[in-house]
Order: sequence, then C-alpha cells, then structure tokens
Amino acid sequence: MSLTIQIPTPLRRFTGERGEVQVEGATVGEALRRLVDQHAALQPHLYTEDGKLRSFVNLFLNDEDVRYLKQENTPVQEGDTLSIIPSIAGGGLR
Amino acid sequence: MSLIHGEARDRGLRIADADLERIEAHGEAAYPEECCGVLIGREAAGDDPATVEQVVAADNERADSRHNRYVISPQALLRAQREARERGLEIVGYYHSHPDHPARPSEFDREHAWPGTSYLIVSVLEGKAVDRRSWRLRDDRAAFDEEAIVTAGTRRFTAASRS
Repeated sequence: MSLTIQIPTPLRRFTGERGEVQVEGATVGEALRRLVDQHAALQPHLYTEDGKLRSFVNLFLNDEDVRYLKQENTPVQEGDTLSIIPSIAGGGLR
Repeated sequence: MSLIHGEARDRGLRIADADLERIEAHGEAAYPEECCGVLIGREAAGDDPATVEQVVAADNERADSRHNRYVISPQALLRAQREARERGLEIVGYYHSHPDHPARPSEFDREHAWPGTSYLIVSVLEGKAVDRRSWRLRDDRAAFDEEAIVTAGTRRFTAASRS
C-alpha cells in the first residue's frame, strides 16, 4: 500500500523540509519504519531508545487516532493519510 | 549575530497587532488559568521571519493544575494543521499564558517543547497581560532562545494565496 505521511513543522528539518512523504507499508508501524529508513534523523524524535513510539507523538490515520484503532498494527489502505501530530503541552511553574 | 545555535537563526516572529491583542485577551479571559492556542501562517523564508496569518484559540485540555499547566488536544492540532494546509499555510507556532509568572519558558515548558517552531508566551499578572515574548527551542533541547516579535508593517492576508 502506498500512503502519504504528513510531517508537522517541527519535524520537517529532518525530512529535507518536506511536509509530505510517500511510503509503502501494510500497517502504520511499517509505514513509519519506512519513513525513518528514508530520514534517519527522525528516529530519536519518534522512537525511544528501546524502539517504542514516544508518548509525545500522536498518529492519526485519516481522522482516527491510532491509539483507538490497533495502534502500530493498524492496517492501512491505498491512498490513506497518516498525520504525525506532536503533543503540545507546557505551563508556568514547575 | 544571525546564527544563535546551529540553524536556529533569529529572524523573529511577525504578527499583526490585532492578533497579538487577541492572544492577550485570551490570556486575560482565562486568568487565573492558562490559555493556549495555535499560530498559523508562513514559515520563515530567506530573511523574512515566520509570519502569523491567523490565531486559533484552543481549549486547555488539562483536567487539573490549569493555573500552571496546559495541553492542546491532538484532535485540535490535527484540525488546525488541516485547515492551515488547505489554505497553503502551516502551523508556525503555539501560544500560552503564564498567570502571575514571567513570559519565560519554564523547565516544564522546555521538557515538553519541540525545536523548529515558535512558542509565544503571555505573562498575565493579576488578570492583566503585561508582557509577551516568543521563544524557540534549540535542536539539542538544552535551552530556549528568545526571538523578536515583529509587529510593525504587518499585512493581513484574508484570502488564501497558494504558491
């Protein structure tokens, strides 16, 4: 399956400033690994050292948060769009 | 000094006075809790700074500690990103308020921030917005660098002009 991965602005510096990357893959996890194969500098921003997806990274397959689907095992269809959405949080005092 | 750290060139953040006032009003309305939102516009290009074309207020999705913590829901961010791209624009940054606290990033802000985007912070003292500053996280995440907020000479674009 060929799908489009949308890269958020903060991660674009690791994809040669590309906002969209086309990859092949049967699942969300496979597509993400192909993305990281192509753009290795993304690795530490998407995965922890033991290879788990970072908790500050949200993935949407079309409109659905993959946490509520089958996470990284979620199957993808030809032409799907996978959006990487970084968590945005913070606040004043510790 | 044009290069602060690696590629973090300080070109500043251009924003219309009306949009800055909207952010300050949001911070005052949310006081004593933190407000938050998304800055949509155009990325920096050449010597031009990143330019805010639209301010999108978001709900603070935190259930607790809303006086000193904020979180924007991923769904709201997805919506903002989609609306931006449909207009040929991008998310260029985010804003939040610091009630009764300076407009400087906290350690908690640093731990949760991303490089390559602007973080605009409004300080709201006793219900009144008194300061606003914009920051970018260094690539090695060690610290934030302040960037200039450019308000003069801003043109508002209301129609999408795709390139």
